[in-house]
Amino acid sequence: MNNKTTNAAPKGRTLQLAHNPIVTFGKENLGILIGLLILCLLLSFLSPVFLSKNNILNVLRQVATNLYIACAMTMVIILGGIDLSVGSTIALSGVITGGFIAFEGLPLWVAVICGLLAGVVVGASNGFLISKTTIPPFIVTLSTMNIARGASYVYTGGQPIRVMSDSFNFIGAGYVGDIPMPIIYLVIIVIISVLIMSKSKLGRHIYAVGGNPVAARFSGIKNSRVLFFAYLFSGIMSAIAGIVLASRMFSGQPTAGQGAEMDAIAAVVLGGTSMSGGVGKIGGTVIGALIIGVLSNGLNLLGINSFWQYIVKGVVILIAVYVDFLKKGKGK
Amino acid sequence: MSEQILLEMNHIRKEFPGVLALKDVSLQLRAGEVHALLGENGAGKSTLIKILGGIYSKDSGDIFIDGKEVSINSVLDAQKLGISVIHQELVLVPHMSVAENIYLGREPMKGTRFVDFRKMEEDAQKLLDSFELDIRSETKVSDLTIAQQQIVEIIKALSFNAKILVMDEPTSSLSDKDVDFLFDNIRKLKKAQVGIIYISHRMSELKQIADKITVIRDGEYIGTRDTEAATTDELIAMMVGRKLTNYYTRTFGNPTKKVLEVKNLTAGKLLKDVSFHLNSGEILGFAGLVGAGRSEVMRCIFGIDPFENGQILLDGEDVKISNPEEAMKKGIALVPESRKREALFLAQSVKYNITIKALGEFIRGIHVNNARENEITKKYVDVMAIKTPSYQQTVGNLSGGNQQKVVIGRWLATKPKILILDEPTRGVDVGAKAEIYSIMNDLVKDGVAIIMISSELPEVINMSDRVVVMSNGRITGCLPREGLTQEKIMYHATQFSTPDR
Repeated sequence: MNNKTTNAAPKGRTLQLAHNPIVTFGKENLGILIGLLILCLLLSFLSPVFLSKNNILNVLRQVATNLYIACAMTMVIILGGIDLSVGSTIALSGVITGGFIAFEGLPLWVAVICGLLAGVVVGASNGFLISKTTIPPFIVTLSTMNIARGASYVYTGGQPIRVMSDSFNFIGAGYVGDIPMPIIYLVIIVIISVLIMSKSKLGRHIYAVGGNPVAARFSGIKNSRVLFFAYLFSGIMSAIAGIVLASRMFSGQPTAGQGAEMDAIAAVVLGGTSMSGGVGKIGGTVIGALIIGVLSNGLNLLGINSFWQYIVKGVVILIAVYVDFLKKGKGK
Repeated sequence: MSEQILLEMNHIRKEFPGVLALKDVSLQLRAGEVHALLGENGAGKSTLIKILGGIYSKDSGDIFIDGKEVSINSVLDAQKLGISVIHQELVLVPHMSVAENIYLGREPMKGTRFVDFRKMEEDAQKLLDSFELDIRSETKVSDLTIAQQQIVEIIKALSFNAKILVMDEPTSSLSDKDVDFLFDNIRKLKKAQVGIIYISHRMSELKQIADKITVIRDGEYIGTRDTEAATTDELIAMMVGRKLTNYYTRTFGNPTKKVLEVKNLTAGKLLKDVSFHLNSGEILGFAGLVGAGRSEVMRCIFGIDPFENGQILLDGEDVKISNPEEAMKKGIALVPESRKREALFLAQSVKYNITIKALGEFIRGIHVNNARENEITKKYVDVMAIKTPSYQQTVGNLSGGNQQKVVIGRWLATKPKILILDEPTRGVDVGAKAEIYSIMNDLVKDGVAIIMISSELPEVINMSDRVVVMSNGRITGCLPREGLTQEKIMYHATQFSTPDR
């Protein structure tokens, strides 16, 4: 038992270094961090505007809405689940907020709250069905995905709802100083998500339920509550994304957010979260989303046809996940 | 047993980054011999087996089969040489039939495209019949008992013309009746001149089945003994490198204060009218065959499964427990039967696993008191003498014994008044076993009441104040410590015929 010395490490500098969150973060995400760095370097040579302040803010703004959802999606996937309904929820919350302003003439804040409530309803329904029945998350959220999309079409009659309101537009397109509003929300959401996952009881319970649901139950964890929370959180994050997007486009559009679930899942998977649950970090997801954002921005700057961009994105995801898989496989 | 040497492994050495798993291990196996490989968890048994099975390659040393030097670089090589390994966790496909499992990947074909199911089932049936196994080859594997599944694995191995069979803890999840069944079949294999390497932690079993016993410790060859000549004490001393004077530590008091009383517990077909009580400061053993309903009683008490009738009284007070959280609040802890399936978060750290039940003591909202968290971890790592390089170590990388200690430590961290241990020493090596016994003894001395479900009768007899015996969902006896024998327990355990599953 010569290990005792390491066990009883005093609260000295060595221990603090080992627990330094930035060092840990770097170690855990070394591969994708290098990938992101190379990508940025490459683009800064290929395109003179890539590193300009405007472009960087532009990338971050595009990444933002994907990341709201991807943070929640990380929790859902760590729980061994999936949420396909996020894209439709973007549309639903967008058209409800827009419609309540344009059609019903409600005050802005009431409309925004109603838009958020739309996300709460979808999220809570997902959470309820997944935690209380045995229907797999894939099927539950596939159904609510269709229902929410359908509801958006029914409410709007398939037409975009135009909202000409500067105060509404400020929500998604405004600035505080030099910083666009979506980025401010992003910082808040990422901080909240990181705190939940790394500091709270709930976070540890999420890892437990995702890693071994039977053991979690034996440990007295209420699995259904943990599941309910994650899907509810996912619904709310999608609604925020939906309102921000609607505000930026001056309209609630029933077609908004198509494929958003796939971008979110891609960010989560790129970030090293295991689709089989139990393992993953918000930090990884943030880098994953940045890679996707920088990549599409770069392809745009280089003038590459958007049809080709899908192909490039798909290939990059495959390569990144496979490299990660090889790296982990070797460790065994 | 013939004198022909079937397998010779000489001076095998294997190093992993940072760990010298095998320094110098040798083994000689004769045809028709059951050769037990004995050693604590982490001694290098499984590394040696994996080298033989072609999963790892050795750094140095030689392997001879039938006197010819061979090199084993893959599982396929091993198979071709007639080596078959039956792992601790069964690897049959549960939703396929016995025949499909036996011929998986080499199905007999009708023409070039279609599987000849009839021929496959007939061939498989012949094999099953030759083992006098009363099952049909078209039965789904999931409908078989664990013992039957094990025999199917053996049959599958033999159908590859295996001459050398390695069995890694084949009895760890079998009841005594099933063990006899397995042993009968092993004896048949001996007659057929198959050489068997047998790994087990159960000493009493080795006496029954093994011809020779080789002990390894810390990756080194310690010695080989004829089973007949070896004593248990000698073998244990060889294994742990010191003499374990007190294998079972137990100081008996005179417990009389009832803390738990179960009255007329009835749940479906599983439990019928179960009544017993538990005193503080005692170990109440629960014996019986697998499937007798012992674990089910505990699941009811712990609020995992519902029950139709009956009362649970804590300190004389009638309580309703509908989920594990409520049970824990009332001071009950349950260390479940299967640590991997029901207890551990294998991808998480030792620290995470120990503290998952004590989060309330160091997390307030989003404030984590790291010092307190480490303190709790340190306390239970020390109490349980868990051998781990650091608290951050992934639990999945620890040995079975240390994993079990982590699980028990987690529950001790909830400071229970009533501790229910379901098979606390299954798959745990002797050194760790002795430590777990000694910890149990310390706990009851402090007034904790322990219920210990165990299928190992020597453990039940030596550790319990009283023993409750169950058979087919009923309690068939509550025996005092005085005059307890294995025969007495087995008599009560077989009062009602147990169903096949």
